[in-house]
Amino acid sequence: MTETKKLKASVYGPMVFLILGLSTIIFPLYMTVMIAFKQPSEMTNSISGILSLPKTWSLANFREAMVVTDFWRSLGNSLLITACTVALSLALHSLMGYALGRNKAHSKFYSFVYLFIVSGMFVPFAILMMPLAKQTAELHLANWAGVIILYVVFYMPMNILLYSGYLVNIPIALEEAARVDGASTWTTYWKIIFPIMKPMHATVAVLTALAVWNDVMTPLVIMAGSGKNTLPLAQLNFQSQFGTNYNLAFASYLLSLVPILIFYIVCQKQILNGVVNGAVK
Amino acid sequence: MKNDRQRTFLMITIPILALFICFNTIPLIRGVIYSFTNFKGFGSYNWVGFRNYIDLFSDGRVGKSYLFTFKLAIVTTVVVNVLSLVLALALNSKIRAKSFFRGAYFLPNILGALVVGYIFNYFFTYILPAVANMMGMNSTSILSDPKSAWIGIVVVCAWQAIAMNTIIYISGLQTVPEDVYEAGGLDGATGWKQFKYLTFPLIIPFFSINMVLCVKNFLMVFDQIMALTKGGPAQSTESISYLIYNNGMSGGQFGFQSANAVVFFIVIACVSVAQMKFSSSKEEQL
Repeated sequence: MTETKKLKASVYGPMVFLILGLSTIIFPLYMTVMIAFKQPSEMTNSISGILSLPKTWSLANFREAMVVTDFWRSLGNSLLITACTVALSLALHSLMGYALGRNKAHSKFYSFVYLFIVSGMFVPFAILMMPLAKQTAELHLANWAGVIILYVVFYMPMNILLYSGYLVNIPIALEEAARVDGASTWTTYWKIIFPIMKPMHATVAVLTALAVWNDVMTPLVIMAGSGKNTLPLAQLNFQSQFGTNYNLAFASYLLSLVPILIFYIVCQKQILNGVVNGAVK
Repeated sequence: MKNDRQRTFLMITIPILALFICFNTIPLIRGVIYSFTNFKGFGSYNWVGFRNYIDLFSDGRVGKSYLFTFKLAIVTTVVVNVLSLVLALALNSKIRAKSFFRGAYFLPNILGALVVGYIFNYFFTYILPAVANMMGMNSTSILSDPKSAWIGIVVVCAWQAIAMNTIIYISGLQTVPEDVYEAGGLDGATGWKQFKYLTFPLIIPFFSINMVLCVKNFLMVFDQIMALTKGGPAQSTESISYLIYNNGMSGGQFGFQSANAVVFFIVIACVSVAQMKFSSSKEEQL
């Protein structure tokens, strides 16, 4: 009798705790949705006025927010920057991870290059920020292309660490077999090694995409003068111009969260795996 | 054949290394060079030797930002790790709808910190004071008081970081084999004792990953400050990154803040290396 009671407590205790905890995650999102759908006149100065359901579920706020923040163009810029960064990272970082991973054990040059790049992880953006703003302006790269190049460089240390770590588990005999068949190293890489590293590609893609998509600082410093926005940057500019119309602001926040929410719902498993792999490796 | 291999490796390494040097090493060196000048961000400038560095240590605003950033990083790291461990234990226990809960609890981490900050900004400015008012308490926003504004930032940082740390702790808990608990149970290790003597020692590697991640991320905090307080009130929540951005990019202190950034870089590198040394020596003991 007491045994089953104890068992029940051990099952329901965590359950109750988890459901209570979940409210701290749902509440801010609930609040966002409610405010985003309301008209300013519905926002009386009490909590019930803010948190009750809107009288009508009108999309008017969203339509206006889309115009004011130039939503589609910002979304397009964000998608373009994220997609290019991920594609370049998969291609360049895996190649570099391969070249360094295969040689750093027996070559002083490669092991130095490996340490040199990986130690770039300790360099905070704060120290690069000001010189990079100058440098990208000098090179006419103060635009989305410059931002992509910078991302490819920033995430290089982490991704090379991941790729060359993964490479340790891939037997070199595979490449030697291909070499005996007359394939060049370049062909062997793209035909055999690149496809084998697929699980690591998923991890790198998820980590890089999340980091780039949500980043504010790089586009803020590099693209601020170009008149172009990414989604987060559009929110920042919006805030400084129309900060007082909260209904419009929240509609805009919600819009900017929707793409990543859809991505998360669709690829939840890959995202969770990717994040854990990236952190634990 | 051997030559083809070596040539291919060199042809991969050299251009990518050049790219890295161009956009990481050279800006780093330029940053160090600027830190010895009185450059304003435009116009001409002079060499000032170590003056920026000397001024740095007597500048009240810089000192305050270091104190604030470290206070924030330490408090948030403790809060986040305690809560994540509890959550991970709950999420790893025998519950229903496990994957739903895990998915839901990770959600905050994928949202952009800036927008999350704006949402919480509203919550702290309007909702929380209204609740306090209903309960008959002082109803000003915690963000408008220099004494309490940092708590708001801790809450927002923690809200997002807990998601990440919990997931890492869960993957740590999954590496603990079930028979460890069974054997421990025979020796009377249950509840808190089980956690202290069995579970925690076995997940120490994951604990150290979380520590390193937390401290490094919180020391570099920027988006949350931008969204919640912009460094105010009365400069009480200026993080180091925010101060460098704000005064260096538009405040005419390019050279001075470069010196600040160099010091910040050394601090980050020292903290990271010290943490790694410490955690690897801990792991060896096991």
